[in-house]
Amino acid sequence: MIQADLNIILPEILLAIYAMLALVAVVYTGKDKMAGMLTWITAGVFVLLAMWIGASGAGDNVAFNGMFHDDAFSRFAKIAMLLSGAAVLVMGQDYMARRGMLRFEYPVLVSLAMVGMMTMVSAGDLIALYMGLELQSLALYVVASFRRDSVKSTEAGMKYFLLGALSSGLLLYGSSLVYGFAGTTQFSGIIDVAGHGDTPLGLLFGLTFVVAGLAFKVSAVPFHMWTPDVYEGAPTPITAFFATAPKLAAMGLFARVLFDAFGGVVADWQQIIALLSVLSMFLGAVAAIGQRNIKRLMAYSSIAHMGYALMGLASGTALGIEAMLVYMAIYVTMNIGTFAFILSMEKDGQPVVDISALNMYSKRAPGRALAMLFLLFSLAGVPPFLGFFGKLYVLRAAFDAGLAWLAVAGVIASVIGAFYYLRIVYFMYFGEERDALDAPRSPVQHLMLVLSAAVMLLGVVNFFGVDTAAQAAAVALLQ
Amino acid sequence: MIGLEHYLGVAATLFVIGIFGLFLNRKNIIILLMSIELILLSVNINLVAFSAFLGDLVGQVFALFVMTVAAAEAAIGLAILVSFFRNRGTIAVEDVNVMKG
Repeated sequence: MIQADLNIILPEILLAIYAMLALVAVVYTGKDKMAGMLTWITAGVFVLLAMWIGASGAGDNVAFNGMFHDDAFSRFAKIAMLLSGAAVLVMGQDYMARRGMLRFEYPVLVSLAMVGMMTMVSAGDLIALYMGLELQSLALYVVASFRRDSVKSTEAGMKYFLLGALSSGLLLYGSSLVYGFAGTTQFSGIIDVAGHGDTPLGLLFGLTFVVAGLAFKVSAVPFHMWTPDVYEGAPTPITAFFATAPKLAAMGLFARVLFDAFGGVVADWQQIIALLSVLSMFLGAVAAIGQRNIKRLMAYSSIAHMGYALMGLASGTALGIEAMLVYMAIYVTMNIGTFAFILSMEKDGQPVVDISALNMYSKRAPGRALAMLFLLFSLAGVPPFLGFFGKLYVLRAAFDAGLAWLAVAGVIASVIGAFYYLRIVYFMYFGEERDALDAPRSPVQHLMLVLSAAVMLLGVVNFFGVDTAAQAAAVALLQ
Repeated sequence: MIGLEHYLGVAATLFVIGIFGLFLNRKNIIILLMSIELILLSVNINLVAFSAFLGDLVGQVFALFVMTVAAAEAAIGLAILVSFFRNRGTIAVEDVNVMKG
């Protein structure tokens, strides 16, 4: 019995053991001298695990009496998180090494955060949800303040910690109410109470708190205050990590809670999610207009993108979940490329974050400028790039679910938001010539940028099969 | 007779005090950490009260998990606070303002 359960969570256990063994091994051997190698090994382990999960997984396996679900939904999210985590690790390695901040704790903490995220998307119980979320959050608080000698980085960590702890508190208070009024912490038990007959008011009260806590984690307005500061303050490779895998994990967890535990009361949470979605889209679009710092700009961009992903959830249908997953996969790919570019922006060896430094970039590096143009158009949702089809997916899901007003609001917000992406393109192609940025040094970052841009263009042919996988995942979640 | 609602009332009061402590406090970050502890403790009261009321042990197990995580969280919070203090030389809330937001 326990053997079967352990087999189901074997990937998580192996990754946790790997992280702890790596920590001990490196402490007793080379310490920070080994950090570069350890980063590559960790990325390799992520890729191997992703391949293993993709190749071995089949069906819907439940472990530990419903605590842990291994189904198509969790496998989809896990593979996307592991691959994006690996990409972010290898592309940030050079940046960190040259600034003397590549310490061996970094890959170890990222691995532990990854274990937490994998638990989150598989959670079938409020306790598993909480433990996964905290494992992820605690590791992320530390990496946010990874640059111990920098005021900005420690301040980012401080802010992230305080607001993250508050959101965990809200989520927990909600969980305690849900437990009290449903009589169980298991999602399968909660849905029996919440779906049939009169839903206790306390349960809906608890649901609201849980949604507020999760909205913090996905940085949806009005719980977004930490995002720009943390993105700006944290070292850029770590910002890149924040913008990818944890966002996907939090959206996956959101979908799990809403559909696995509260799938019977869609009408009750639909309005909350729709409100979060419309506020995020508009704030993300408007607040980024005044930003000159590209990291803050990407923070607002991610807030807006979370709004679109939430639109998929708000529709409350299988198509909505599928749209959310496709959107998140595209979002993560775009962000990897964009951050690969941001990581390579430097002058005299110092990182540059002001977007006016990109003036006439196309003259000096036409290929890279073109790749960035693809990514920015895709982020803005301009056809024929992949980002447009992601938006189309969620808009259609919202429209089919009878949320036409939300879809219209999404289109308007995307038009407003296109301004600041296109302004960067304008700077790159028509700006005034200024001091040139250094030539890019890291071939890995270059590769990620080009690959990601190529995916934005080539992916429109068949989405690389991601939409089929997302469809299977959505069906598995709704069962 | 003290019933479930009394426990829930105490927990809700502590929770609200904790939230207000986080938002209204302008003095120092240690108080913010204490407010967070207060929120987590109110949750524990809730869980244990529900657990006794329902005759179900899961709530108490949950409370144990929450306590363990709260300890880890406090440790990490204080560690970040120490490194922040080294850089900034102060732990006043109004001085956490290098980045506006």
